[in-house]
Amino acid sequence: MNVTIIRFPGTNCDLDTANAVKKVLGIIPKIISCKDDKIPKSDLIIIPGGFSYGDYLRSGAIAAREPIMDDLELRGNQGVYIIGICNGFQILTERKLLPGSLLKNSSLKFISKNVELKINRNDTFFTSKYQTDEVVNIPIAHHDGNFFADQDTLNSIEDNNQVALRYLNPINGSLNNIAGLYNKNLNILGLMPHPERAVDIKTGTNDGSRIFESALNFYST
Amino acid sequence: MDIYESHSINKEEKELLLNYLGRDPSHTEIGIFSVMWSEHCSYKSSRHWLKKLHTEGIQVIQGPGENAGVVDIGDNQAIIFKMESHNHPSFIEPYQGAATGVGGIMRDVFTMGARPIALLNSIRFGELTHPKTKFLLSGVVAGIGGYGNCVGIPTIAGETGFDSSYNGNNLVNAMCVGLTTKDKIFYSKASGVGNPVVYVGAKTGRDGIHGATMASGEFDDESEKNRPTVQVGDPYAEKLLLEACLELMQKDAIISIQDMGAAGLTSSSVEMADKGKVGIELNLDYIPTRQQNLTAYEMMLSESQERMLMVLKPEKTEIAKEVFEKWDVDFAIVGKITETNNIVVLHNGMIEADIPIKFLTDNAPMYKREKIKKNKRNQKPQPLPGIKPKDAILKMLNSPNICSKKWIWEQYDRTIMANTLNDAGGDAGLVRIENTEKAIAMSCDVNPRYCHADAKKGAMQAVAECWRNIISMGAKPLAITNCLNFGNPEKPEIMNDFVETIEGIRDASIALDFPVVSGNVSLYNETNGDAIKNTPTIGGVGLVENIGVLDNFGSLNIGDSIYMIGKKGSHLSCSTLEEVYNGESSIDPPEIDLYQEKLNGNGVLELIQEKIITSCHDISDGGMIVTICEMIMMDEKGATINIVDNNKMIGELFGEDQSRYIITISPELESIFEKKMKKRGVKYELIGCITSSQLKINDSIIISSNEIRDAYESLIPSVMNNMA
Repeated sequence: MNVTIIRFPGTNCDLDTANAVKKVLGIIPKIISCKDDKIPKSDLIIIPGGFSYGDYLRSGAIAAREPIMDDLELRGNQGVYIIGICNGFQILTERKLLPGSLLKNSSLKFISKNVELKINRNDTFFTSKYQTDEVVNIPIAHHDGNFFADQDTLNSIEDNNQVALRYLNPINGSLNNIAGLYNKNLNILGLMPHPERAVDIKTGTNDGSRIFESALNFYST
Repeated sequence: MDIYESHSINKEEKELLLNYLGRDPSHTEIGIFSVMWSEHCSYKSSRHWLKKLHTEGIQVIQGPGENAGVVDIGDNQAIIFKMESHNHPSFIEPYQGAATGVGGIMRDVFTMGARPIALLNSIRFGELTHPKTKFLLSGVVAGIGGYGNCVGIPTIAGETGFDSSYNGNNLVNAMCVGLTTKDKIFYSKASGVGNPVVYVGAKTGRDGIHGATMASGEFDDESEKNRPTVQVGDPYAEKLLLEACLELMQKDAIISIQDMGAAGLTSSSVEMADKGKVGIELNLDYIPTRQQNLTAYEMMLSESQERMLMVLKPEKTEIAKEVFEKWDVDFAIVGKITETNNIVVLHNGMIEADIPIKFLTDNAPMYKREKIKKNKRNQKPQPLPGIKPKDAILKMLNSPNICSKKWIWEQYDRTIMANTLNDAGGDAGLVRIENTEKAIAMSCDVNPRYCHADAKKGAMQAVAECWRNIISMGAKPLAITNCLNFGNPEKPEIMNDFVETIEGIRDASIALDFPVVSGNVSLYNETNGDAIKNTPTIGGVGLVENIGVLDNFGSLNIGDSIYMIGKKGSHLSCSTLEEVYNGESSIDPPEIDLYQEKLNGNGVLELIQEKIITSCHDISDGGMIVTICEMIMMDEKGATINIVDNNKMIGELFGEDQSRYIITISPELESIFEKKMKKRGVKYELIGCITSSQLKINDSIIISSNEIRDAYESLIPSVMNNMA
C-alpha cells in the first residue's frame, strides 16, 4: 500500500502521522510538499493536522486553494482514499470535498483532551476494524472544530449515513456531535480527533490505530 | 531629560561611555549602548553573584553562557533546555507578551540544534479576585497556547500561582526542552575573518524597540503607554524558521548561530563576535524590512520576532539560501566577520556605529549593589481558628493555589508529537524520546511564600521540590535552569534576598547533584514601588532510562497500602493552610535537610525503578491530605487514612514539612519495602489504604468523591467563565 502525506507550510502533524503509519502498518509513507506538482501514485493520501499558513485567514482556507489540491480533488473523484485530520479536515471542507464547515469552538478556546467518540458505522474503508457504535478514546486538540452545516446539508449528511464518528458528549458545539464524516462515496474521511496520537497504549490510548489497520485490511483482503 | 537619561543611561554610565569612546556617540551608538548596558542584557546587578552557582557535573555538556544548557542523556543524545521570563511585556499586553515569551525560549533551544520536544511554564498572577487578574490570566494562557500549539510543541507541565504581590506585575516564565545528538550542537561563537554574516527569518519592523530597556525598569500607572514596545509574535513564521534551521543544521554549513532575542540585531551580533573575539560589520541596507525608511537606530534596536543571525561557511552560502527559500523564509547576507574587534554598522553609505565590542560586554558596567538583610517581620504565627478537618480539606481544595488548573492546561496542546506519556497526571511532565525506551521528566517549581519569608531556605526548597517532582516520575534528576524574578535590586533588602537565593540554589544543587546549566534574571518587577515576592523559579529535567518500569505505574489498586516517606507533618507556619485561613502567612517556612532529602529521594527512585510501589507523589503545598486527594481523584478511587492522635490531626494533614512523598504499595511487598527503606535510613509511616471511593479519616470524617472533585475543579471555571 502506498501512503502519501501532504505537508503545507504550517503543517505540524506530518511527522507524527508518518510515525503512526510506520508503527501501525510497517509502511514508510512519502511526505510531499504542497508545492510539488503532483501527488505520487497513492492508495491512501493523508492531510495531517497543523496550522497551514498560520490559519491566519479561516482555518484551511489558503491551503485549500493550493494548486496541488486540484490533483487531490481529481484523485478523490477517481476514488482514491483520502483522510484529512484536524487542519486536514478543515482543508477538505474549505475545498468542498466534504460538506459543512468547522467554526470556532463554542467556548472560543483551544481544547486539548482525550475524548470519547462513537463509531457510527464499520462498513467503510476506514473503520472495518471497529464495531458499529463502539466507543473509542482519541485526543482532540483544536480551536476550530465546531462542525456546522445548514439544515438541508445536515439532513443529507444524516440521510446518507455520512457521519463517521460522533463525540459521546458535547464538546465544541458541533451539530449532531459530529467529530468526523465521509463524502457521499465514502472514500474521503475528515475528522477532528487525532488518530495518529493514539497508536501506543503508553501514551494513554491506542484506539486510533485501527483507522490505519482498517485501511491496510482493505488492501490485504 | 537629556538623551542619555531618556535611554536609561545614568550619569556615571554616561561618563564611562564617553571615556570609552573618547568622542560623542552617534544616536545609533547611544541606542546600542543603552540596550547592551540594560539590566536585561548586561546582568549588571546580578553578574557578579551568578558566578557562584553550581554549574558542573559529569552529565553537563554546556553550562550557562550559551543560548541554553546542554546535558548528556546517553546514546549520543543530548537534551538542551532553558527557561526565560517575559514578565514585563505580559503585564502590558498579556497575549503577545506570553506568546513571544514562548517563541523566544523555543528559539534559544533550536538555535543550538535541538528540535523542541516540550514546553513548560510557570505563571503567577495577583489575587484571583483582583479586577485585572481575569484579563491577564485569560490573555497569558491564550498566548502561551496560541504560540506553542501552532508551532506544534506540546506544553506538558507547569504551575500557576496567585498572590497579591503580583497584582501589579504578573510573571510569565516559559521553559523549552529540546533533543539533539551530541555531534549536532551549535554554538554562538563566531569565527573566520571574511565569513558571511547571514540574517534569516521574519522581516524587521518597528516593534519591540527598547523592549530590553522597558524590561529593565519598574512600572507605574503610566506603564500601559509601553504597549508599542511589546513585540508581536508569529508562530507560523517560527515553525518555518525552525524547520529551515534544523534542515540546514544537517548540512555542515553553520559556523555559529544566535537567535535575535532581547535587543535583536544588536545583542545577537555583539554576542557572536564577543564569544569569538572577532569583529563584525553589518550593512543595514541588506536587512529585510517590513516597513520602508527604517533608520539604523530602529533596525539595531528592533525586537521583531522569529529572526536569527548566523555565520556561514562561505562555500555553503548558496546551499543555505536554497534551504531557506524552500521554507519561504527570508535569507540575506548582511555583513561579515572582521579582525577589528569592533562592531561596525553601515547604512546608506554612512558609518552609523563603530564600537569596540568589549565596551559592550566585558567592560559594561557591573554593580556589586549594597545589600542589607531585611528585618524579619515581627510577625508571630497567627493562631489558626478552630478548624474542622472536613471543612478545611474542602476549603483548601477550593483555594486558588491548590485548586485544579484544568481550565488552563486544557488550552495547551499536550499530545502533539505523540510522545506525552502522562497527560496532565503526575508531578512532572513525561515525554518519551522517539524510537527509544527513554523518557525525559520535567517540572517547574517555586514557593514564593517560603522565598519571601526566607530567601535562602525558599530557594533550597524550590530546587528540592523540583527534584522531588522528577523523582516521583521515576526519573533520575539531571540538571536545572532558573528564572530569578525579583523587584528592584537597587533596594538593599531585595539585593540581599537575591544573593541569599543564589546561595540557596547553590547549596541545594550541590547537595542533590542537580547543577544549573542555564538561566535568566528578571529584576525591577515592581509597580509604584511595590515589589513582587522573590520568585526564583526552578525548571528541572530528569531521565527515565527504561519506560517499561512505568507500565501501570500510577494506577491505584483497591487494598494498596498508603505510606508516607519522611516524617509525620506538623509544620504549619508559612503553610497554605495559614494563607487560606489567615489571608497571609507567617515567617517561618519549614526546615529542609538536604542530606535527608537526597536519602529519601534516592530511596523512592529505587522503589519505582524496581517496580515495588504502584504510585508516588511528592507532598508540597497543602500538605499530605492535598496530595492524597489529588491521587485518588486522578484515578477515581478512595482512601481511608488513620491519624493516631486527634490533637495532632491538623498538623499531620496540612503540615508542609519537606522531603516527603506519598506512595502506594501492594501489601505483599511491604516487607521488602520496609527492609529497603531501613537500609537506606529513610523514615516511613503507614497512614492508610486505597478504597473504591470517598475519603475517610479515622471513621469520623467522611468526604464523598463528588465533594472532593467539586471543590477541586470548580473555582477557576467559576471565576473565568463568568465574564460579567
